[in-house]
Amino acid sequence: MKDFEFQTATTVDEAVSLLAARGERAKVLTGGTDLLVQLREGMREADMIVDVKKIDELMQLAYAADKGLTLGAAVPCYRIYGNSEIAAAYPALADSARIIGGWQIQSRASVGGNLCNSSPAADTIPSLIALDAVCHLAGPQGRRTVPVAEFCTAPGKNVLGRGEILATLVFPAPADNSGSAYLRFIPRNEMDIAVAGAGSWVRLNAAGDTIEAARVALAAVAPKPLAATSVSEFLAGRPAVEQTYEEAAELAKNAATPISDKRGTADYRRHLAGVLTRRTLAIAVARARGQQL
Amino acid sequence: MAKKTHVTTTINGQQVEFLCEARQSLLEVLRDVLHLTGSKEGCNNGNCGACTVLLDGLPVDSCLVLGVEVEAAEITTIEGVAQDSCLHPIQQCFLEDAALQCGVCTPGFIMTAKALLDRDPNPSEEEIRFQLAGNLCRCTGYDKIVRAVQDAGQIMGNQRGATSAAAQANGSRASKAKARAGSK
Repeated sequence: MKDFEFQTATTVDEAVSLLAARGERAKVLTGGTDLLVQLREGMREADMIVDVKKIDELMQLAYAADKGLTLGAAVPCYRIYGNSEIAAAYPALADSARIIGGWQIQSRASVGGNLCNSSPAADTIPSLIALDAVCHLAGPQGRRTVPVAEFCTAPGKNVLGRGEILATLVFPAPADNSGSAYLRFIPRNEMDIAVAGAGSWVRLNAAGDTIEAARVALAAVAPKPLAATSVSEFLAGRPAVEQTYEEAAELAKNAATPISDKRGTADYRRHLAGVLTRRTLAIAVARARGQQL
Repeated sequence: MAKKTHVTTTINGQQVEFLCEARQSLLEVLRDVLHLTGSKEGCNNGNCGACTVLLDGLPVDSCLVLGVEVEAAEITTIEGVAQDSCLHPIQQCFLEDAALQCGVCTPGFIMTAKALLDRDPNPSEEEIRFQLAGNLCRCTGYDKIVRAVQDAGQIMGNQRGATSAAAQANGSRASKAKARAGSK
């Protein structure tokens, strides 16, 4: 790995000014589980690395049932599923955090880093979209917010401008009778990159038999994590039964625009998008009804 | 010569100072600078877990941590697992259960197993396999490793039970003594 200058920022302003001065030649370090591999393999180059794990705002994990969740961009995955209250309130997020890499990776890797790496196959992004999370960004021009669904623009690309960082991800308070789930398909049991993934969120009526609102998002079936709005819109007002999930799965297959690569063919991925949509909807509905899954 | 950074950290209970370049991983520092060669380099990209160490109590791939990041951290490496000349129960069980063949993955497995069993000495087989998924072994087929971890957990659980029973016995003796003193 080529040598670089290492800086530890302790405030957001400090990180922003360091990054703004160097532009593309400076990279943000959270867990390093993508960045250090990319630098070592020459996929990315940097003259400066800015460690943001000493910035309190980026390490915060604050949840209140009536206010929602604020997740600092550098918080490692294990802290999310390790917090039973947060895991119960945002189960899709916990599902994702639990299956990224192995334990060693989860001790370090952050959801914010997974989002900023902007892989179409990222395991957290469908969950973030399904849970309606909003990115709070800080840059030389000040602060702004962007919904996660609009954050990624192309493989490895996102809306962050020069000197701009992701500070926090903010999730709305969990609605009554709501549930969520994330599943991915990999050919191994653990430790692999998704061939396809799906995250679903549903809100049921008080009786628990009708889907009032839903959001479905897909991984690895488009150039960026895909908010499957046609599926989400279809689900609103439908009965929470297997037939509905089957129909939603067909729409998810149509929404997918996958490529063929070493992990799977386009046809296979389209099929998986359907299967995973159906299964995550069933789990999300069961969780919305209070089942522990 | 690239600029070097001075880092002070705690490794296996001892304060250690070293100089390293920003690009050097913790694994390179451990092996090449501090000559702690127990942690192995397998893939050098976070897939195999052979370089696993505990960083502030959590298992991490030391190939994916920079040396400059560990200022003021607490690190445990495989060299810090045995106490004096006495093997840790996990090490003893890996030997007795033949849970290794070539041995390159073993230090990493032992570190992850230690993190797991320190938290819960009686995990289910599924939990053991899930938590050890970040450690790859190309020799054993894993079954013997899982068995060694289960056996070590049993020993550690018994030791912990014995220690807490002794503490409880001491505690109840102390409270009885206190009660007697109070009644006088």
